[in-house]
Amino acid sequence: MTNELKSNTGNKSPKFGVVVFPGSNCDHDTFYVLKKILNFDVVFLWHKQTDLDECDIIILPGGFSYGDYLRTGSIARFSPIMNEVIAFANKGGHVLGICNGFQVLLEAGLLPGVMLKNKSLNFVCKDVYLKIENNETAFTKGIDGKKSLRLAIAHGEGNYFADENTLKEIEENNQIIFKYCSGDGVIADKDNPNGSVMNIAGIINKAGNVMGLMPHPERCSDSVLGKTDGSLIFRVLANNILN
Amino acid sequence: MFKARVMIKRRKTILDPQGKAVEIGAKHLGLNNIKNTRIDKLIEFDIDTNNRKAAEDEVNDYCKKLLANPIMEDYEFTLVEVS
Repeated sequence: MTNELKSNTGNKSPKFGVVVFPGSNCDHDTFYVLKKILNFDVVFLWHKQTDLDECDIIILPGGFSYGDYLRTGSIARFSPIMNEVIAFANKGGHVLGICNGFQVLLEAGLLPGVMLKNKSLNFVCKDVYLKIENNETAFTKGIDGKKSLRLAIAHGEGNYFADENTLKEIEENNQIIFKYCSGDGVIADKDNPNGSVMNIAGIINKAGNVMGLMPHPERCSDSVLGKTDGSLIFRVLANNILN
Repeated sequence: MFKARVMIKRRKTILDPQGKAVEIGAKHLGLNNIKNTRIDKLIEFDIDTNNRKAAEDEVNDYCKKLLANPIMEDYEFTLVEVS
């Protein structure tokens, strides 16, 4: 399946932009996977830039932007480039926030809800399984025939929370994209690593062009690491943007 | 010039796992009457204006846009004039 997807994009590639905030630490991993593993066109975007270098897809990577001070993502949200990212998203541009990038998207109001400290109070670093709840989005369409995706998490504040009305709304609009589950795709409390409400691991905005998820697809994309499910997300995204 | 003290509190309905963990310590100390420990934020700063209204507006702006997240937190503040 992955080969088929790759051949669909041929030599064409959308241009990915990986934003670098002070304290980002998954920016190079993401860049490496997009460039070296997937052969996509990719550039870094420094957070003080005020243009997006004509990128087609913007990625806010994982890390600890501004030391996670005050609240995770709250200060990065005011980096100069975020004005451009917000304008780009509002025009329908595709934005993917991974881990700290997801937290930045929440603080920027591009996605609903907030992140609380993990229920256990521990920083949790391990592999998890995700069930795809909506495979009709640009970020998931084409990932077929999998009970679950195996990705890695590494966070202290991934306990997704939103008020009842917001939860109802995102559920009704199919905005919940990933839920923590067992390897067989069964959603249960025991597979919830951080206390997230409804086992939520990733959500999308109403318009379907901005997605955030806590797990790290870039850490599960290189076959030498023994896990490649993460690459599916980047592959289908590129494929769906081109077609 | 004013000195501001901003207290940012998480809504009561939102779990505070830090407070809960600390309270376990209280139990271990034998302080059995301690209940509902919450860990919040106290932020202090100066505002370089002599106009109280302008100072209040700026503190509100700072709190609403950055210091507090209105989805999960409330804030209150005091302003003390200093020379």
